[in-house]
Amino acid sequence: MTALHYGRAFAGIAEREFLRFFQQKERFFAALVRPLVWLLIFATGLRAALGASSLPPYVTDITYEVYIVPGLMAMVQLFNGMQSSLSMVYDREMGSMKVLLTTPLPRAFLLFARLLAGVIVSLLQVYAFLIIARLVGIDVPWSGLLTVLLPLVLTGLMLGALGMLLASTIKQLENFAGVMNFVIFPMFFASSALYPLAKVQESSLFLYWLCRLNPLSHAVELIRFALYGQFNVMAFVIVCGALACFLGTAVVAYDPARGLQSRKDSP
Amino acid sequence: MTSNRENPEAALSVASVSHVFGERSALRNVTFEIAPGRFAALLGLNGAGKTTLFSLITRLLALQQGSIKVAGLDVTRMGSRALAPLGVVFQQPALDLDLSVRQNLRYFAALQGLSRASADDRMMRTLEDLAMPERIDEKVRVLNGGHRRRVEIVRALMHEPSVLLLDEATVGLDVPTRATIVDHVHNLASERGIAVLWATHLIDEIRAADDLIVLNAGQVIESGRVGEVVSRVGAADLAGAFHGLIEKDSLSPSRKDPA
Repeated sequence: MTALHYGRAFAGIAEREFLRFFQQKERFFAALVRPLVWLLIFATGLRAALGASSLPPYVTDITYEVYIVPGLMAMVQLFNGMQSSLSMVYDREMGSMKVLLTTPLPRAFLLFARLLAGVIVSLLQVYAFLIIARLVGIDVPWSGLLTVLLPLVLTGLMLGALGMLLASTIKQLENFAGVMNFVIFPMFFASSALYPLAKVQESSLFLYWLCRLNPLSHAVELIRFALYGQFNVMAFVIVCGALACFLGTAVVAYDPARGLQSRKDSP
Repeated sequence: MTSNRENPEAALSVASVSHVFGERSALRNVTFEIAPGRFAALLGLNGAGKTTLFSLITRLLALQQGSIKVAGLDVTRMGSRALAPLGVVFQQPALDLDLSVRQNLRYFAALQGLSRASADDRMMRTLEDLAMPERIDEKVRVLNGGHRRRVEIVRALMHEPSVLLLDEATVGLDVPTRATIVDHVHNLASERGIAVLWATHLIDEIRAADDLIVLNAGQVIESGRVGEVVSRVGAADLAGAFHGLIEKDSLSPSRKDPA
């Protein structure tokens, strides 16, 4: 297989993801409306109750709306990652996963290409949200749109790989809603997306440690620091580690000899 | 056609393949070869092991025992590269319903490393062969079962494979559509030299000049040219031969643990 073959295959996989995404207009609007509702209603309502914060990376006091933006960016990616896994379960049920897996390219490449294409789709959603947030007056530096790109790619890959791993364990499309409820909501609420961990520690040590163990917290902090031109080394290492772990396990799960698929697909 | 000695020129070679799911034996010592340009019908009842065999050839299942070569490439040793000469039409439709015929075919062509221009050229030619070029920009969802099947065949032929596998490709189609597809695939074998493995349980899809592999309970119980098999069994036609073979096999004391 030549580099050109790999390039064309990736372009084909990415084009299909884009076509599917733009054909499902509801999905695009839902992806945009969901974080905006949190930002414009939930965060505005809680601004007075929660007050301002000047915890790092912020150098001055900020409003709750500003605090919550990185968490909502991660939320967009979390939903997109789970949507991608739903799409993989759908593809498996519809048979198109077989078409993908019977092409003469390494399975790990095919899965990674699929993952990366999903991340590109998630970036569109995150940037659309960021631009709207900026336009409605949320104080996010324009330069942050550039510096946050790599953390967003890493976060998208990590959450997409988690979704892929989950997809390999889900037998039927009908079971997906349960998994969504058991993954998305606990992951989002037990993270630093909505509240600073320093404040959580004051009220519940158990919740604090739960949030610290949650890779989404570290993804949120990686995004938060990058948005202000700073680099959170610990968050970077943990996100990369979680990505390697989820992706490695997902590739094994799709291996016909060892994976979960082989046990389920017996004709 | 069934031989323990491997023919290096075989387009598809399956040698001593056995497969179990837990305690259940799905395939036992399956051996056959298909020469380039031959149409081989894999005939068996539902549950005979046809889909398991297809999954092993296409690497959707890992080979436990035996060897499989596609155009001389060992699927275990060569990995996914061994799938390059293979075109597959699965029993379950595999098209994206929300994309158009063109978008589906371009996607598959890209996975095979074809350029956009080459993909467009090949899809038009093959769609013309199957009398449906005017449907190219329609969503697959609006096509009927027969047209969807034709698109699946076009998809499997996009990269000009030397071996074509079709697993119960005509299930659920009406008689004229089945006949059109069966004719087309026979022509692919005779005119383009493609080796075809056609899994079916429908005897009327098989012609006298075809190769035949009869699979029952995971074992090849007979193989050869259709005419030869019919006369060996002493039946009047293939239907009689098939029923005779199945009945004889089910009474055989050596058979145990049906798949």
